This record gives sequence, C-alpha cells and structure tokens, in this order.
Amino acid sequence: MKEKLQKIREEALRQIGESKDLAKLNDVRVAILGKKGELTAVLKGMRDVKPEDRPLVGQLVNETRESIERMLEETKAKLEAAELERRLIHEVIDVTLPAKHNKVGHRHPGTIALEEVERIFTGMGYEVVEGPEVEYDYYNFEALNIPANHPAKDEQDTFYIDDKILLRTQTSPVQVREMEKGKLPIRMIAPGRVFRSDEVDATHSPNFHQIEGLVIDKHITFADLKGTLAEFAKELFGEETKVKFRPHHFPFTEPSAEMDVSCFKCGGKGCRFCKGEGWIEILGCGMVHPRVLTMSGIDPEEYTGFAFGVGLERIALLKYEIDDLRLLYENDQRFLDQF
Amino acid sequence: MNTSLKWISDLVPGLSVTPQEYMDAMTLSGSKVEGYEKMDQDLEKIVIGQVTSIAPHPDADKLVICQVNIGTKTIQIVTGAPNVTEGCKVPVVLDGGKVAGGHDGSKTEGGIKIKKGKLRGVESDGMMCSIEELGSNRDMFPLAPEEGLYILPEDAPVGEDAVAYLGLDDTVVEYEITSNRVDCFSVLGIAREAAATFRKPFVPPVVTETGNDENAADYIKVTIQDADLCSRYVARVVKNIRIAPSPEWMQRRLRAQGIRPINNIVDITNYVMEEYGQPMHAYDLDTIEGREIIVRRAEKNEKFVTLDGQERTLDDTVLMICDGKKPVGIAGIMGGENSMITDDVKTMLFEAACFDGTNIRLSGKKIGMRTDASAKFEKGLDPNNAMAAINRACQLIEELDAGDVVGGAVDVYPQVKEGKRLPFEPEKYNRLLGTDIAADEMLTYFERLEIPYDEEKKELLIPTWRQDLECDADLAEEVARFFGYDRIPVSLPNGEATTGKLPFKLRIEEIARDIAEFCGFSQGMTYSFESPKVYDRLLLPADSPLRQAIAISNPLGEDFSIMRTTSLNGMLTSLSTNMNRRNKNVRLYELGNIYLPKQLPLTELPDERMQFTLGMYGDGDFYTMKGVIEEFLYKVGMTEKPVYDPASGKPFLHPGRQANVRYQGKVIGYLGEVHPACAANYDMKERVYVAVIDMPQIVARATFDHKYEGIAKFPAATRDLSMVVPKDVLAGDIEKIFDEKGGKLLEKYELFDIYEGTQIKSGYKSMAYSLWFRAKDRNLEEADITGAVNRIIKALTAIGAELRQ
Repeated sequence: MKEKLQKIREEALRQIGESKDLAKLNDVRVAILGKKGELTAVLKGMRDVKPEDRPLVGQLVNETRESIERMLEETKAKLEAAELERRLIHEVIDVTLPAKHNKVGHRHPGTIALEEVERIFTGMGYEVVEGPEVEYDYYNFEALNIPANHPAKDEQDTFYIDDKILLRTQTSPVQVREMEKGKLPIRMIAPGRVFRSDEVDATHSPNFHQIEGLVIDKHITFADLKGTLAEFAKELFGEETKVKFRPHHFPFTEPSAEMDVSCFKCGGKGCRFCKGEGWIEILGCGMVHPRVLTMSGIDPEEYTGFAFGVGLERIALLKYEIDDLRLLYENDQRFLDQF
Repeated sequence: MNTSLKWISDLVPGLSVTPQEYMDAMTLSGSKVEGYEKMDQDLEKIVIGQVTSIAPHPDADKLVICQVNIGTKTIQIVTGAPNVTEGCKVPVVLDGGKVAGGHDGSKTEGGIKIKKGKLRGVESDGMMCSIEELGSNRDMFPLAPEEGLYILPEDAPVGEDAVAYLGLDDTVVEYEITSNRVDCFSVLGIAREAAATFRKPFVPPVVTETGNDENAADYIKVTIQDADLCSRYVARVVKNIRIAPSPEWMQRRLRAQGIRPINNIVDITNYVMEEYGQPMHAYDLDTIEGREIIVRRAEKNEKFVTLDGQERTLDDTVLMICDGKKPVGIAGIMGGENSMITDDVKTMLFEAACFDGTNIRLSGKKIGMRTDASAKFEKGLDPNNAMAAINRACQLIEELDAGDVVGGAVDVYPQVKEGKRLPFEPEKYNRLLGTDIAADEMLTYFERLEIPYDEEKKELLIPTWRQDLECDADLAEEVARFFGYDRIPVSLPNGEATTGKLPFKLRIEEIARDIAEFCGFSQGMTYSFESPKVYDRLLLPADSPLRQAIAISNPLGEDFSIMRTTSLNGMLTSLSTNMNRRNKNVRLYELGNIYLPKQLPLTELPDERMQFTLGMYGDGDFYTMKGVIEEFLYKVGMTEKPVYDPASGKPFLHPGRQANVRYQGKVIGYLGEVHPACAANYDMKERVYVAVIDMPQIVARATFDHKYEGIAKFPAATRDLSMVVPKDVLAGDIEKIFDEKGGKLLEKYELFDIYEGTQIKSGYKSMAYSLWFRAKDRNLEEADITGAVNRIIKALTAIGAELRQ
C-alpha cells in the first residue's frame, strides 16, 4: 500500500512538473484527485483495509494528497503568473495613437469675463441683480440726474421705442430700481445687455454688455471706491496690476473718475498693446451723486455710496487679445473653440 | 478742444514744462489730454534765407542755381521751384537739417534728412522749402502758392529760425473736455486750470475801454422778444472797417488752434471765440433795415438763406435774429447771406449773445447743421462772458486798426445772472473722500481756481462760469482734483457684512451653459435687433403673433429695426455663417432675451423672456437634441418625464420632425429639424436641428432640492415585450400605457429594438421593450408582476399592437 501511494505521488509530481499550461494541470488534477482519480480510488479502497491499519493508511493517503495538492497549487500559481505575463506582453498598445474625444463645447469669451467679474464681486459680498433691457426713460436718464434735453443724452446715442420707453444705454437703471426698494446697505453688481446707436465696426456694436456696481452704506468714501476697484483690478488682471484714477464727469456721480490699469502686457513700460502709454483705460466710477440718492429716496446726509461701470466686451477684448469686436457676434466655431 | 501750448504758456507765464509733463499733470487734475502734436517734430535747421542771385543750370532747363544769404554766409542752392525770384525771402533747410515731408503734402514719419550734394553736377548746400515741406498746408498759409516755395514777408529777418518765425515751434494739445466744464471750451478756461494745476499765476488779457465818443445806441436798437431762449444780447458797432490780413502773431495762434486765417475781422472773431469761448457774429450794418435787431422765434415753414448760400426751412421752435423787416441770422447757428460781411463792408454790427443751449442743440438737429458757434452755444454759455468777449474783440479791432469802434454797447440782459454762494464745509469733503486735508489747504485750491472765499460767512463765491459747481459733492471733487486723486488713501468699505449672491435665475442659466457645453455646444451671442424680413425667412404666416414686434423709432437701418420675438434667426444666421465657412459638425447655443410686447404700441414694458436656444448640424439628429433637453431638465430637478407633442405647428420646422416639449402639461419649448425651405432661406443645404427652451418656465419649476431615495437592495424582475404595432402608433403612446398600467412596481422601461422592413407586414413596425419591476422590500415573484404585465398587454392590444411571444 505504502509503495503504491509512493508511486502515485511520484507519478503525480512528475506529471504536475511537466504541465505546461493550466488546462494540462487541471487534467492532471482530475486524473489523480478527481472522482475517478487514482488517489480517490485508493481512498475508496479503504474499506478493504483492516480496521487496525486504517489510521496509518489514512494518514499516509492524506499526506500524499496534501503534498500533491500543494504541488498543484504552487504550479498553478506559477503558470497563472506566466500566463498573465504573456497576456500583458500581448496587450501592449500604442499610447501615442489619437485620443477619443467626447467633444465639449466652449463658453463665449464675454461670458467667461462676466463670470470672472461676478466671482470677484460675489466673493466681496455683492449680490448680482438684473433688470429690464427695454426700460423707461425715467430709470435710464432722469433718475440718474440726466434730465430731459441734457446733452449727455445725445452723447449716449439712445435707441428709443417712444418718448417714454427706450433701450437702456447702461445698466445703471437696475441700480435705481434697487435703491428704490429701500433696503440698505446695498452691495450689488448689475450685469447685462445695453444698447447704443453705434454702427457695427471693429470696436463698436449696437448692443453690448456692461457690469455696473453699486455700494450704498453709511460712511462710504472715495477711498473705499479706490480700494475696492484696485482689488478688482488685481483679481482680474493679476497681482502686479497698478491702478490710476483720473478725474472725469458723469451726471450720476460726483466726484467722478476714470480708472486706468497698468498694461498687463508690458507691465506699464509702454508697448504696442497700450499704445505706448503703459496704461489702459478700463472703467468709469465715482461717488453716487447726492441728487441721485435723494431721487431714490435715500438721505444723502446719512448715506453715501460709490458706483462703477465696466464694459464686458472691452475686458474680453483686452484680456483675450481679440482684435475685432465683430468676432464676438459672428459665432464662428473656430473662434469659440479657442476659449 | 485743442489749444496751442504756447498760448497757454503766455497766459500762465511761469509755466515751464515739456508737453508730456503738461499732458500728465493736466489729465490728473481733470482736464484730460488726449494727446499732443509738436508741429516742429520733424523740422530741423531751417532758417530764413534771401535769394541774392539766380543763374541758369548748365545741364537742366528746369533747374536754376541760387545764391542764398542765410545771415552768417551765402550758400548755393539748386532748385526747380517755379516761383523763385531774386530778392525773395524763403525758409531754407541747411545741410544736415530735416523737413516733415514732400512738397506734394505727403508726410514722412520721422522727417526727411537734407544733405548737401550735387544736382545734375552742380553743388547744392541745402533746400528752399514749400509750406508742405514744413508739414503745413495752404489752408493754414493762404498766401502760399499752389506749387513752389513759401515766400516770406519782406520784413522777415534773414538768418533767424524760420520755424519760430512761422509759429511752427508750437505744440498742439488735444483735450477731452467733459460736458459739465463749459468754461474749459476756451483757451482762458484751460489756462486757468493749467495755472491751478501747476500752481503758477494766471494772467488773462487786460481789456481796456474802447470806442469813440459816439454811442452804439444811436446806431442800433435791440429787442429780445423771446427771452426764454436768449438771456443776453450785446451789440457794438464798428465804423470805417479796414479789411486787411491780420498780423503774424494772430495768424500763428489761429493756425495752432487749427483755424485758417482769413482777414482781420474774421480772424478777430475766431480769435476771441477761441480765447473766451464766446461765439460772435458780425453783420453789415448797412443791410440791417430799420436799424434794429429783434430776437424772436421763426414762423412755421419760414425760409431763410444762410451765408453758405443754402436755403433752410425753419419752424417755430428755431430762434432767429431779425432786423426791422426780415430775419438776418439763425441765432447761434449761422448768419444770413443777406447781412453777411463782404470785402466792401463799411459799418459792422458786432453781436455777442447768450442763447439757450438745449434750443440751439435741438434747432441744429432739426435744420441739420452744426457749426463751430452752435457747438459752443449748445453747451450753455455764461451770459456774463458775452460782454467781456465783445469788449476784447473791440480792443483787438483798435489794436489791429481794423476799424473805428463806436463807444458804448447796447446790452439787453433782462435777468442778470449772479454767482452762487455755497457753504465751505471741509469736514464734509474729507468725510466723502476719506481724506484728512486741512481747510487752509483746500482754500488754496479754490483761490487758484478764482473761487473767492467769504471768511465771515464761511462761503465760497462761485463764479458764473463755473455752472457745474452746485453742491458739496461738486466742491469735494474740486478738492480731490487738486489734492490729487492718487494721494487719496485706499481702503475697503467696512460696515454691515453682506452675502454675495447669484439669483436663482442666473444659477439655472449657469447650468444651462454647463449642460450645453458638456453636450458639445459652444456659446454664441447674437443681436437683439432684427429686420422684419426675418419673419418671411422663417416662413411665418402673415398673422403670426411673432410678427408683433417692438419697433425702434430711430433704428440703425432696417436690419436693426425691431426687437426680436424669436431667437431662431440669430441661431440660424450663426449656423449659416459656419456652414458657409465650411466648418464641420457645428453645435451652438445661446442664452438671450426675446421681447414680447403685451400690447402695441407699448403701454408698459414688454415681457423679456430668456431663451435657451440650441442649434446644430453635422453629427447628431433630432434625438441628440432631445437628449440635451432631457439632460438639462434632469439637472435642474425637473425629473418628471417630458412629453413630446408632434402637433407643434411650427412653419419653420420639418412638418414630420418637430415637437413641442411639454412638462406637467405646459409647453416649455420645442425642437425639430429646420424645414428645408427655411434652411434654404439661410443658404443651408444640410439638415439643421434646433431646440428652444423658454427659460422663465424652467425657472418656475426648477429646484435644487434633491432627496436621496436609497439604492435598491432587491433585484429587479425583468420582462421583455416584443410587439408589432401600426406605424402611426408613437413610442410615446406605448410608453404612456406603461406609465398608466405599470403600477407602482414598474421601475423603468427601455426601448431596445425598433424595426421596420420586409419581415414586418406592411403598415406595421416591430418594437421591443424591456420592463423592470422592483419592490423596495422583497424579491419579486412572477405572480407579483403578472397582473401589471397583463394590464399592459391588454391596453397595447387595444391600440392595435400584436404581442409576439
């Protein structure tokens, strides 16, 4: 019996050793350990063994089976590893072949600029407010200290629907509507489409977009206006950006200013981009005119505020170095794909 | 507004700055300088020379050899100029010098260097110049010949700098003056600002009394009938007019201001208009009938010939200057041909008046003319300036000996304009500016601006030329300007904290952008305006409500004449642009308003509706578009199933490929393939798909309120239903049955096969759906779903479906 088991074991180990793949190995396992396998047969023959010999023979059979199984496992692991190795070698791909794109669309550069500005001001606690594009003359002009027949009305080349209704020339009417609500303090920006009677060319469009800002609170100063807009310019054009305020005139602010930023292309040394000046005019601003506050029901002795307005297209053109405003309204896919 | 820098320097004697320094400082104090031009930028080594002799050139018929005295010596110059004569004085550019351009008037960047050399073998040591070579033109130097050298006056000093002699050693400064600073549309106004900016004394001309011992009132009577439009009328009389050229110094200044010198009388009028900002007009007194001037409104349809020979038709809003019988001028705009000054004028009536700015502006628009004078009057002039200006003009007439000034003036000034008094409140200015400027310091700024201070009453006396100063904010600006905007400190508002917010509507729009872009659509922008013709291109019937658009009363032409009532034209135009440029697979979207009038003509503001418009051609089809809509709806929390109604009746869409999108019964938009005939109107031959979502309906239904529903723990029981249905049965009809009959356990269903063809009987199509049933709390048994499946099958059979087992 002992010899027989010995023989089975040796034969098994030999066959396992010779197995070159997992299928062959499985055949060997079945031939020895399967239902009709050699060792199984021995086990089945146990009933012929004398009861007193059974423990010993049983132990022998178990030992044999365990050693065969161990060998099977080891070999299986080796063969699997070898097989995986072969598969991996076989599966080499050319990683430089072109990517499969799920082509995504692109935001309009004007919107990118808008979202940038909105992000900066909402971060500073400003609320974004919208208002109508077709607006009453009162909100667009009169409530902004531009009475009937004021020359500033001519300057803005307004489109009229009739003598009371027009296409807003600025988003300032949104500010008036907000002030009229009487909820103070106010920190808001009003982005939106505005209209002026300018023929379409490389720098003009009869409709374009503005973002105006308004802050009304107790003790708001011109210094606050400077500080706020300096922060804005740094956020928008980079930490190194310097600002310069020049006196100007707007009917709805007093004192008024225009703000230049140091040219972000040359850093202020002067280049073709800034026409050699080192500075680029970016926005108009000022302290809200006391008359505007009064007209909206706010006491100018108690409250002061500042306002500013910036052209979105102007920012987009400057920031993305677009040389023709018309590109923004043509919607050529090749243009849009670049943003 | 332009000024000569030399003129400013003469009025501000201590001023000694480079043009760049001037530009920077003036801009920072509020008189924005747009730029400057040095008239002698490209002129070097040019002196006054005198031709002493002329000899023929041995080898050239058209050239002559001149000996030219240039003061220090005599040099030889070869010239081809036709007008050179012995003894004439000319500008001569010496060897190594520069001129600005060619004699044809073309300018060369950086100038043209002149070197000595040989002309056809004869030595030439320089060049005699035409006015064009000096960078100017015959407009500014009317005596210059059409072709040839600029001949200088006989008294020109030989050897001196010719550029300075001609007044070309000046710099022209261009300002952008804001509309509130009427006083700065004059040389004196700018000079006053310059003096304050550079802290130098301001020395305006001293105007002395002029005139003989006669009285102007004996010559002319003035009546203002419409005092609302004419606040002041000053008339003076000049006899024995002696028309002659004005002196060089005056011509130089006018040239630098860009004004062509004409004769002493015209030049004096222009000079004073530049200097004082007050336009004046001169009439030939002998043409004034009845020796009187009446200022009144014109009659309706009154005809009048202005001095440019044009007949103008007026109406009763236009103000006229009339004599005893007839109109002689349109007030503030242009004089009449019937009373204009001619070369043989003997006695002149000089007018300096103040008219209502708005009326002049509107009249100018109505008549269609804008003159130098009306441009000034439009701004609303200071009536107190009129007398100063006319006296200055009379002083110049005497100085230039252009005539004999009659003593006195006829001054009709019904309501004298007085200067305002404003309290001086330094703390207030500091509070508004965020500064800490001493009161004394502030007072020095006002003093430099010629704004006196009444110490007793603590009031500032605002001169009438500063009409813009009305309240403390205005005064704070004056303080800020001269303290320096750059010196004002920088701070951030501190006060009650506020939250930065994006309103719900804008958040929804942001999601629309995100989804569209994830789906491959790029954002476009189109105009809000349209031509009414687009409705024909969109095949809209004559009675379509979309044709009810708001019209602009003063449009930029027909293409921009109405406010759009649909966003489609913009989209189709953009797609067409792309298609014509051979861009492949284009996908665009736009978020923009349409403007729907509630009533026409407008009685209230229109309904502005944000439209989410998608358009595409190339890869993809109707169902691609449908997918984008559903992705969007799902993302904004509109998770119910939209219904697609093929009967949407859009004439611009393919009749068999269009649908209204309904959500909870409401139409929230539509989609479809563009009708080939409509596409052709946009010059497009490929299939084009569009979708329009009405955003207000989305905003009303969207929500970010999501609730987690758990992940199913028990497996689903599935059932496949394969059927043959009549062709006209829509998938939507079948799915409606699933929704209605599937019961609570029906979790979802999916179409996995649809087929029409030879194996299917004609008039039918084959469709196959998988149905998933699931319970949250248990494994489903066959028996659990039999009921639902049977109900579905029964309903399907009722609409003509044949189930295939």
